[in-house]
Amino acid sequence: MENLIALLVAAPLLGAAVLLCGGRRLDRAGHWLGTLLAAASFGIGAALFADMLGRGADDRTMRQHLYSWIPVEGFQADIAFQLDQLSMTFVLLISGVGTLIHVYSIGYMEHDERRRRFFGYLNLFLAAMLLLVLADNYLLLYVGWEGVGLASYLLIGFWQHKPSAATAAKKAFLVNRVGDMGLSIAIMLMFTTFGTFAFRPVLASAGETSEGMLTAIGLMLLLAACGKSAQVPLQSWLGDAMEGPTPVSALIHAATMVTAGVYLIVRSGAIFNGAPDAQLVTAIVGAVTLLFGAVVGCAKDDIKKALAGSTMSQIGYMVLAAGLGPIGYVFAIMHLVTHGFFKAGLFLGAGSVMHGMNDEVDMRKYGGLRRYMPVTFVTFGLGYLAIIGFPGLSGFFSKDRIIEAAFAKGGTEGWILGSVALLGAAITAFYMTRVMLMTFFGEKRWQPAPDADAAADVEPSAGHRPGEMPHPHESPKSMTVPMIVLAFGSVFAGGFFAIGDRFLNWLEPVTGYEHGHPPVSALTVTLATMAVLAVGVAIAWAMYGRRPVPVTAPRGSLLTRAARRDLLQDDFNHVVLVRGGEHLTRSLVYVDHSLVDGVVNGTAASVGGLSGRLRKLQNGYARSYAVSMFGGTAILIAATLLMRAV
Amino acid sequence: MNPVNYLYLAALLFTIGAAGVLIRRNTIVLFMCVELMLNACNLAFVAFSRMHGNLDGQIIAFFTMVVAAAEVVVGLAIIVSLFRTRHSASVDDASLMKL
Repeated sequence: MENLIALLVAAPLLGAAVLLCGGRRLDRAGHWLGTLLAAASFGIGAALFADMLGRGADDRTMRQHLYSWIPVEGFQADIAFQLDQLSMTFVLLISGVGTLIHVYSIGYMEHDERRRRFFGYLNLFLAAMLLLVLADNYLLLYVGWEGVGLASYLLIGFWQHKPSAATAAKKAFLVNRVGDMGLSIAIMLMFTTFGTFAFRPVLASAGETSEGMLTAIGLMLLLAACGKSAQVPLQSWLGDAMEGPTPVSALIHAATMVTAGVYLIVRSGAIFNGAPDAQLVTAIVGAVTLLFGAVVGCAKDDIKKALAGSTMSQIGYMVLAAGLGPIGYVFAIMHLVTHGFFKAGLFLGAGSVMHGMNDEVDMRKYGGLRRYMPVTFVTFGLGYLAIIGFPGLSGFFSKDRIIEAAFAKGGTEGWILGSVALLGAAITAFYMTRVMLMTFFGEKRWQPAPDADAAADVEPSAGHRPGEMPHPHESPKSMTVPMIVLAFGSVFAGGFFAIGDRFLNWLEPVTGYEHGHPPVSALTVTLATMAVLAVGVAIAWAMYGRRPVPVTAPRGSLLTRAARRDLLQDDFNHVVLVRGGEHLTRSLVYVDHSLVDGVVNGTAASVGGLSGRLRKLQNGYARSYAVSMFGGTAILIAATLLMRAV
Repeated sequence: MNPVNYLYLAALLFTIGAAGVLIRRNTIVLFMCVELMLNACNLAFVAFSRMHGNLDGQIIAFFTMVVAAAEVVVGLAIIVSLFRTRHSASVDDASLMKL
């Protein structure tokens, strides 16, 4: 069975190569090929999963050594895979959700003439993401890490004729670069400390290393995770990344790629366990981000950007849980999986709404869609109930466990982190209810499609004429079926994982687990979560359900206005980083001009001047040459005589 | 007679030749001054040969004469062609590599 692991990566990679190099003759069947290969990857994953379930808990790790990539004395880089319970979870999530989104894209991208290329990029993403989670060393993980970054860049900027999409892609790439630098430094530190970067030796000997070094490695890994998972302070790219097609937002910027940071932290658990400071910083980053994303999500009128804020916030929960150490690792991954289901479902629902509404994204121009798009309404509604943590649905089990674990950290930190997580749950309930009410309930606030000037700015797949009123309709089967499947996941996955501690028992051999000592009982936490949930929903109902929603956004409070501008993150980046960078480069240019160029030009000028004078000696008069020869000979003879005399 | 006096004569002839080369402009005179310097050297060689009782200097003097004869052939040809192209026997007129 081990030999099948490489096929998991190879299938989508083959698809990407064929689709991207195949040319126009594949236009008609390309999307089927891409979907088939994604499904093949899922099939192989399921077969391996079945095989893994048949083994004992300690015997489940499978390995495959493909070949030595860089065999140098003292530096061994292998193309080798490791498939344990943690990787298996990711493989199933990535290839499963990935396949569903391939199917969805067949319908969603139907009118796009570059659909073949789109599927090529999606396959490239799947291959890179699977490589990331299957690698058995940090260097190969880094290859996958960069691969998903590339795929993300290509897909965000897929509609590159829109300047906003091209800019968003560049922004995502640049911000991710900062995080990638953290990962590369962490790998170098590992190599100097442990002499290797394979998971097994590094994690096994992490306990014998000094705490300072572990903290340094941990913080660098956290920086990497911040970049990829859009955590404060590297969160600014995720909102703009919504410029990409909606299936991309669902797959890459909600369900899989942005969770790579959580995977990295949980995978490197042994390093973080030895560095309490790094753990605390991780938990704080998670807590800050979960509030940040939630506040941003409350203010956005663009449905995809509201969901992007929510994604940021939910990943904040996962990072917070991962920062709690062995108390939280399992729950971070559990929330990651359930979040993969319901957030992908929500994004696909949003895409379906946009599909029916002439690609309008402003929720203030939706309203009353539940009668026109029943399937979208029900699946989106189930995703909504799951994400706010409605009892019995997925989010309830996974988020509740994280809040409980945050309290269980103990001490003042535990209380603060736990309270922040509770507050986040309330805000989550508020903004998701807001999205739900503004989109599907209330009155129709539909507006005619934008006029010709603005129409050039919307997606080419729109296929609508300017000035036409939208005719909301249910999306085709290829789009609704994935939404229904994901809705099933949103409803049942959490309960399936949590009841009988199935997920805990499954992952514990890899990540370890300790229960901690919660200062309050689990029941109290659950009841408190239910209470804040009800409060959040009630406030949202009072603000957006009872009163009609204005089509143009009111001015709003200072906080609302700041949150609409993503809490001034871009302004901050602009003032501090962009301006600072400009000043730095300007002063460097000045130094270059005055000092470096001065030295170089000065040398050249003095050589030139000297040659100009020497040139005058070359005057063509034979007698002046004779004088120099005569003078030179005289000097030589005089010198010789002088030397002999001395 | 003291052979050193020949050396003094050789030095005197060489100086006259060198001064002529440096001062005069006429190519023919220049050429004759060069010959004068060569013959001054020959005189010095022969004088030294006599002083040291060694025939090497005299042999070299013969060589010098042969080389000088060859030089006269080439040199005069150059002078004649210079005069033909520039209608002047002054070395200073031939200061450029073009006409």
